[in-house]
Amino acid sequence: MSSNNNMTLNLKIWRQKGQEAEGKLVDYRVEHVSPDMSFLEMIDVLNEQLIRKGEDPIAFDHDCREGICGMCSMMINGKAHGGYKNTTTCQVHMRLYKDGDTIVVEPFRASAFPIIKDLTVNRAGLDKVIIAGGYITANTGNAQDANAILIPKPIADEAMDAAACIGCGACVASCPNGSAMLFMGAKVSQLALLPQGQPESAKRTLNMVNVHDSLGFGNCTNHAECEATCPKGISIEHIARMNREYLKAAFTYHEKNRSEGGA
Amino acid sequence: MMTSAFGHYFSSSIGRKQLVAMTGLALCGFLVGHLAGNFLLLMGSDAFNIYAHKLASLGGLLILIEAVLASIFLLHLGLAIKLNMENMKARGAKRYAVKKNTGRGTTFMSSSMPYTGLVLLVFVILHLINLKFGTHYETTVDGVAMRDIYKTTMEYFQGTGATAWYVVAMIAAAIHTSHGFASSFQTMGWNHPKYFQNTKRLGYLYAVAVGGGFAFLAVWAHLKGV
Repeated sequence: MSSNNNMTLNLKIWRQKGQEAEGKLVDYRVEHVSPDMSFLEMIDVLNEQLIRKGEDPIAFDHDCREGICGMCSMMINGKAHGGYKNTTTCQVHMRLYKDGDTIVVEPFRASAFPIIKDLTVNRAGLDKVIIAGGYITANTGNAQDANAILIPKPIADEAMDAAACIGCGACVASCPNGSAMLFMGAKVSQLALLPQGQPESAKRTLNMVNVHDSLGFGNCTNHAECEATCPKGISIEHIARMNREYLKAAFTYHEKNRSEGGA
Repeated sequence: MMTSAFGHYFSSSIGRKQLVAMTGLALCGFLVGHLAGNFLLLMGSDAFNIYAHKLASLGGLLILIEAVLASIFLLHLGLAIKLNMENMKARGAKRYAVKKNTGRGTTFMSSSMPYTGLVLLVFVILHLINLKFGTHYETTVDGVAMRDIYKTTMEYFQGTGATAWYVVAMIAAAIHTSHGFASSFQTMGWNHPKYFQNTKRLGYLYAVAVGGGFAFLAVWAHLKGV
């Protein structure tokens, strides 16, 4: 293996000191890169070099490094997570690159994703969309019998496909309109498919869409670039289901203010 | 306080997109009718003029239909421009130094929508000026005096530039609808794995048939002569 431990890469990485600071692409050269390293480990190696030289290391988001947390957001050569099918940045391995390659690394860009530093962006907008209704209200206590609510297998599977979203924001980053419709659609669709999601479906959809729009995410124009870049392979069929839910909710839902008790 | 979900519909992203989708599909429907009428050109001046005269004889009803059509067109145009401006803002002023599409999402058809749309706007204005409000000739068919719109049309297409521009605009229409048609179904939520591939195919078929149909008649008129 050690004989292979010898890739040299030329990196162009976006450096930006803070949200308001001017950023620029800075050239770096990383030597002794093993093809078995992940992309993040390669940046770790670079950061160790920078720290030894007394320079500021590159800030980037990362956490689980096994493709399930959704933290490692970055554009690699113009594609979110490097553009490999169903792959997050932490699962991109250096064997996918050749010795001497030049790799451009930039942060996810959208108005709703302000840059915090270097490759780190603030994706709190996605959390705000979920807070607006991406959950069900349930009494806590003992879990009920698993067979009390019957859900056909294909429906359960489809809801699970939507629930696979890790909230990485690649859909927003790759969308020409900076829209979070795939992210939001996945959650609306997941809950709309399941009986547990039904009671709050209309209100959920209306509230989430309102918050999504107010945060400066764009409007979907059905390019499907999100679906193509999503590391969890989430389909825009879930956006269609959200659109249906929204249409239905907008024409049927209205909330009465009960000034007196209902009992 | 009563929360009016319906009120939000007209200011929300999905609500306005659905209005663009529905007006777009309505315009697609209009084009089919328009193209069917245009094919009467092949049957000679009388057939075409009688058809046009019958439409004109609708009087108040025609004005109502035209007003609805114009409203649909302006709503489609206005909302699409507004949504597009919001999208430009949402994607941010600072863009990627390197951005590559995966090839499985964005297409030339989908990313050129605002441009093909603007070509069609200019086209529709010129089209109305040159034909509907173009040179007025009179003719008599079976003793009934009527406008000779056939002559106006055939004269207009004698110009090589006019014909070429018409064909270019129809290519723009084909590109616009090849994304717009199926996209409208997706926006309305009418997407199901069982039939969405067919919706897409229908959209491409529509684009080629309608864009090609109009362009064919323009070239035919040009080659036929007055």
